[in-house]
Amino acid sequence: MRFAVVVFPGSNCDHDAYYAITHVLGQQAAFVWHKDRSLAGADVVILPGGFSHGDYLRTGAIARFSPIMTAVREFAAAGGPVLGICNGFQILLECGLLPGAMLRNRDVKFHCEFVGLRVERTDTPFTSQCAVGQVLRLPIAHGEGNYFAPAETIAELEAGGRIVFRYANLAGEATERANPNGALDNIAGICNEARNVVGLMPHPERACETLVGSADGLVVFESVVHALAARGVLQAVSR
Amino acid sequence: MKARVFVTLKPSVFDPQGRTIVDALQSLGYAAVADVRQGKYFELDLDVRTSDDAEKLAGEVAGRVLANPVIESFRIEVAQTDRPEGQR
Repeated sequence: MRFAVVVFPGSNCDHDAYYAITHVLGQQAAFVWHKDRSLAGADVVILPGGFSHGDYLRTGAIARFSPIMTAVREFAAAGGPVLGICNGFQILLECGLLPGAMLRNRDVKFHCEFVGLRVERTDTPFTSQCAVGQVLRLPIAHGEGNYFAPAETIAELEAGGRIVFRYANLAGEATERANPNGALDNIAGICNEARNVVGLMPHPERACETLVGSADGLVVFESVVHALAARGVLQAVSR
Repeated sequence: MKARVFVTLKPSVFDPQGRTIVDALQSLGYAAVADVRQGKYFELDLDVRTSDDAEKLAGEVAGRVLANPVIESFRIEVAQTDRPEGQR
């Protein structure tokens, strides 16, 4: 299975994603430069974390106009699985593949810590191997993760079962205290209506081996491998 | 021709930076500063001749790029003197 990891100027978790996919998971991955126009036949697209274009103007606001994003939009429209992690999530919001926007964290501080992440939905390609209510222990590292959307959008997300992850304590309770950044309704990750585009603020790619403090993130990547294998994609590339 | 673009968070959107600033001002004794909302200010140098064209162009880039319509609104000010033909 081939993953494309898109590299923007300022991406800094691209190699973490590449490492998790290739070294830990044993799948194929290729870096795709943001000025490229083709995803080179990828089965999965990862928009990694970092500070694309220095976060100038707004997080993800410049990256959304990169040439590769046309290919990403087409890939997503055709049902291809796209995962935006942290800055990748912010880019998905800015380019309109996911609804809402990020505000500065409510305490105006950059948060770099482990958080609890409750899985709300398992009917996305990136959570297919999770259990509903399962709590993943994953790191966050962001200054703008305070998810905001108008009330009608939140209601739509809720009604459509599109809130995929919520910040929660390790007992699985989505409390105010477990919310690191002030995100509305403890929202940490959402998906599009077709459920193939998922964005989340925490970093699963940085938590794929117990050596680095948690291997809870691996299930996100295993999920998409499993989801695509079920569609017959795995056989096509593992020959 | 110059256009000024002021981008501000919509009134319904919480402004963590403005909140921090007003807290700091009040702790400095400026009790009369009741609230602060932080925004962004852009000066655009536009290669157009009429203020109508400047307003239109500034509005387009503000709506498409400078402001995020989910959380922000914008206001534009354009110098009202139209330049004669051939001058920038």
